[in-house]
Amino acid sequence: MATIVLQRVRKQFGRVIAVDDVSLEIGDGEFVVLLGPSGCGKTTVLRCLAGLERVDGGRVFIGGRDVTDWPPARREIAMVFQSYAVFPHMTVFDNIAFGLRMRRLPAAEVRQRVEEGAALLQIDHLLDRYPAQLSGGQRQRVAVARAIVMRPQVLLMDEPLSNLDALLRLQMRAELKRLHGEVRSTTVYVTHDQVEALSLGERIAVMKDGRIVQCDTPARVYDTPVNQFVGGFIGNPPMNFLEAVLRREEGRQVVEVAGVRIPGNGPVPGDASGTVLLGIRPEHIAVTLEPVPDGIPARVLVLEPVGPQQLLTVEAGGAVLKVTTAVEFHAARGSRVWLRFDPARIRLMDAHSGQALPSG
Amino acid sequence: MSRPARQALLAVTVALLATWVLLPLVLIALASFTPRSQLYAWPRPLLPQPWSAETMRFFFQAQGVLPSTLNSLLVAALTIGLSVAIGAPAGYALSRFRFPGREAFRLGILATKMFPATILAVPLAVAFIRWGLYDTLWGVAFVHTALALPFTIIITMSVFLGVPLELEEAAMTLGCSRLQAFRRVALPIALPGLAAAAIFTFVLSWNEVFAATILTLRNRTLPALVMNAVGAAGAPLDYRFAAGFFMIVPALIIILLIRRYLLTLWGVTVR
Repeated sequence: MATIVLQRVRKQFGRVIAVDDVSLEIGDGEFVVLLGPSGCGKTTVLRCLAGLERVDGGRVFIGGRDVTDWPPARREIAMVFQSYAVFPHMTVFDNIAFGLRMRRLPAAEVRQRVEEGAALLQIDHLLDRYPAQLSGGQRQRVAVARAIVMRPQVLLMDEPLSNLDALLRLQMRAELKRLHGEVRSTTVYVTHDQVEALSLGERIAVMKDGRIVQCDTPARVYDTPVNQFVGGFIGNPPMNFLEAVLRREEGRQVVEVAGVRIPGNGPVPGDASGTVLLGIRPEHIAVTLEPVPDGIPARVLVLEPVGPQQLLTVEAGGAVLKVTTAVEFHAARGSRVWLRFDPARIRLMDAHSGQALPSG
Repeated sequence: MSRPARQALLAVTVALLATWVLLPLVLIALASFTPRSQLYAWPRPLLPQPWSAETMRFFFQAQGVLPSTLNSLLVAALTIGLSVAIGAPAGYALSRFRFPGREAFRLGILATKMFPATILAVPLAVAFIRWGLYDTLWGVAFVHTALALPFTIIITMSVFLGVPLELEEAAMTLGCSRLQAFRRVALPIALPGLAAAAIFTFVLSWNEVFAATILTLRNRTLPALVMNAVGAAGAPLDYRFAAGFFMIVPALIIILLIRRYLLTLWGVTVR
């Protein structure tokens, strides 16, 4: 178990800056997810942590020790690769035992730990097989078992679920969470799947263009994204954005969308006014079929049932919005509806930079 | 052209090409099992009557054949050792690292194949006499290594390209140094491909006649001996057929065994 500290880590590939001044502190036993679109540098950060890439600037500390110039072997880490990287020329047993044997543990202990690890991942009946005889999901389990039997200070996972089919992914996700509860290694997990991030992470570091944009608990990343990018990246469907006008009225800030005033909005500190970007999540919009005083008029484009709820696409104030509604809701295509935003859930952002305005 | 017609044309072309390559091989094989008297007979029957090992036996009992065969095997072994020792690291580097001059290096490898060996013959002989390498097996092995290296490097490169880098990285996160990761993971996985490269080198050395003829006098390899026997001493027909057959067979068997690797090799170089 160990803490991780990244201090202004920088990594360049030719002229491309893959990691740009990333600083991050991870607590002992914490589960942190690096989340971002492909090419945002999240895997490179992980590889710098593993020692598979040399950083071009900054320092890396694991367990309080400066490991910046250490090779992977010395760092007491273990890593699960996206392709699993299971050794094809070894049996499952030898795969899981590989790292333990590198540490020259006595054979009896190797056997005991391998069997424990295999039992934990429910692959104890496959120990004599070769990877070619395993399914993708089983290989994945071998890769995870091989990592956790090392009892690493730090467990690194690089999109470990992305090669599994949907059902298996769901199952493995829950299992990884259970495993972390049992093993308690400090874990850094890279993914581009925001659902995975929300479900697994104790904290999520959202990355874009080599930088960490926001690092916070899943709930806070979801509810209070720091900018348009985070709001638009997380959530399925993501946050809606539309233009709004911010005005000062009797010392209070008032928000208007398409000429309709949104009631009860709390004061916004500072003196921001003018056109702003309003972000609101699909589940925080109520739809009515009758006009209501503070309802924003909208036109129905599509209504899609998606199991437990329906996804309504409407056009309002020149923007296309997604709204989640109850299964019972009915509205014909092209019909008029009225939207009411939950004032407490509104996120105002600068119209140009997309940065969230400080809220009261 | 209609589809059946095109297919028929293709079939005919393939058949012609195959015949062009295979017919001499078949004729040589048949002749080398035909007794001597029949070889000189006219008209000669196509199939040997009866099948006989007499011709092959005559060839093996001819002067110098057995020592030369041994020489050939020794030279081939030396060549394999040298070219794998030099070529495999080069192929590994080309498959794993991006370094300045990498493309120039790759091109340079192929460029050596464009240089006609004939021009080198006299300077090489002179240099080898001066260095005391003339008429030694090591000398021939050095030249064969130089000839084989481009192939060895490109084959091993394609072999190592087939071993995912992530496997080595996984080994490194599990406590291996770079070298240990290579030895414990990349090397065992690459071994069949490296064996193919070694075998290919064997064929190259086994069949090489030009350098072997120029650089040896008494320590002839088999092709050099046969070349000399045929060219200078006018060996009889049965000797020629038997020698031809004996030298073809290993190459044929080996090409058959490693053609999968040759295909991937071309796949990589053509791309």
